[in-house]
Amino acid sequence: MPSPGTERDGRIFRHRLSTRLWHWINAVAVIVLLMSGLTISNAHPRLYWGHYGANFDAAWLTLPRFPGWATIPTGYNLALAREWHFAFAWVFAFGLLFFMLRAVMNGHFRRDIALGAKEVAPSHLWEDVKRHLHLNFETPGGGYNPLQKITYSLVLFVLLPLLILTGLTLSPGMNAVLPWLIDLFGGRQSARSVHFICASGMALFIVVHLLLVVLAGPINEVRSMITGWFRVSGEQS
Amino acid sequence: MILTRRNLLLTAGAGLVTGCDTLGQNPTFREVLKLGEKGNFAIQRSLQQRSALAPEFNRTQISPIFRVNGTHVPAGEAYAQHTAEKFVNWRLRVEGLVNRPLAVSPAQLQQMPKRTQITRHDCVEGWSAIGEWTGAPLKLLLDAAGLKPQARYLVFHCADRMGTGEMYYESIDLIDALHPQTILAWALNGQPLSVGHGAPVRLRVERQLGYKHAKYVERIEAVADLSTVRGGKGGYWEDGSGYQWHAGI
Repeated sequence: MPSPGTERDGRIFRHRLSTRLWHWINAVAVIVLLMSGLTISNAHPRLYWGHYGANFDAAWLTLPRFPGWATIPTGYNLALAREWHFAFAWVFAFGLLFFMLRAVMNGHFRRDIALGAKEVAPSHLWEDVKRHLHLNFETPGGGYNPLQKITYSLVLFVLLPLLILTGLTLSPGMNAVLPWLIDLFGGRQSARSVHFICASGMALFIVVHLLLVVLAGPINEVRSMITGWFRVSGEQS
Repeated sequence: MILTRRNLLLTAGAGLVTGCDTLGQNPTFREVLKLGEKGNFAIQRSLQQRSALAPEFNRTQISPIFRVNGTHVPAGEAYAQHTAEKFVNWRLRVEGLVNRPLAVSPAQLQQMPKRTQITRHDCVEGWSAIGEWTGAPLKLLLDAAGLKPQARYLVFHCADRMGTGEMYYESIDLIDALHPQTILAWALNGQPLSVGHGAPVRLRVERQLGYKHAKYVERIEAVADLSTVRGGKGGYWEDGSGYQWHAGI
């Protein structure tokens, strides 16, 4: 197996097998979690801050009823939505754990995701913003650009772990095991709100991610996440 | 149909959604999905100390209005009669696999040693309410009745008839039954239990979701096996709507 960064015939080896496997498993898990989560939201579409919150308490956000095409299952069935949600929560949580262990061991985080001091310099970031606005996503050497690294770091180290921790906080059974989680988020209803906010962040990430894949050349991008090889000439799409 | 990119995306999207519905109706796939919640049960039970307590709160954290879950007023003349009589003729029976079957009046229940706890009630739908519950520890009642060695579950038969015409019921295992916070509550926030909250007596099983907290409890039956009771899945919502018997998340 080539090591990342290997170049051959105008192509660069970009994604290891562990990254590619996790990407697709996680994509399925996150989409199922989001769509079954919308059914769970429909069961009580009000969000609160603090320990308690029900119909007589002030909601900071009242959500619309999400339509059938956006939910799993399409018809309202809370028991079935919960089965989907909890089954794929295991896939999601352990997938993330294995990916992170692997990414630490093989240097993926250090080499590809970590931001160098130069990269976060305001002038450099501004240049990167301008390149994005000109729909130029190429980085010399085929690595990730700074905006990409910042986004992936936020998703990997903030959104995804918060989704797991707030999800655990919603469990009265786990509350008896890890009561500090409730204090961390300021109450079960706060954790529920943070869970929803992070899920919205993931949905937004997916939309932008797909948009950028399309703009940057969908065939090359998707192929590289399947085979690992990314064409650097930039003319494929 | 002309295969435009838009049509292709719409078809793929519709296929994804209806594909999930088809999968969700497939019995084998459903069993695989259920492994998730079975895993939740297994991991919670392995991490929880038997007597690990659900969080308790202080009086300033109590919900201003505690929302009623499930039945608001049990239908039928029998319950109306009990309300009119202030439940003096209500009897909570403890029977099944016990050495000494009991029939306890609300007054007798209130004379037993009591536990008061300010806990959070979490509905499976997502809302939470905090209230101060007072009641008799279930363990004391079970000690008085003397569980037979074969007894593994306690079934709570209730006086409220649900929309389907069936009487509500729920069940818990001995780990939850003997837990210090598992009480037969007769007061909420220092007031006698209201009809909406399950007068004259409701179960509190604080490490699980709201539907486990059976209201209007008339009969507690100790059994060896849940499969022979009613629909066989251990509760009204479990039998009729596919909710999980262990409601720990």
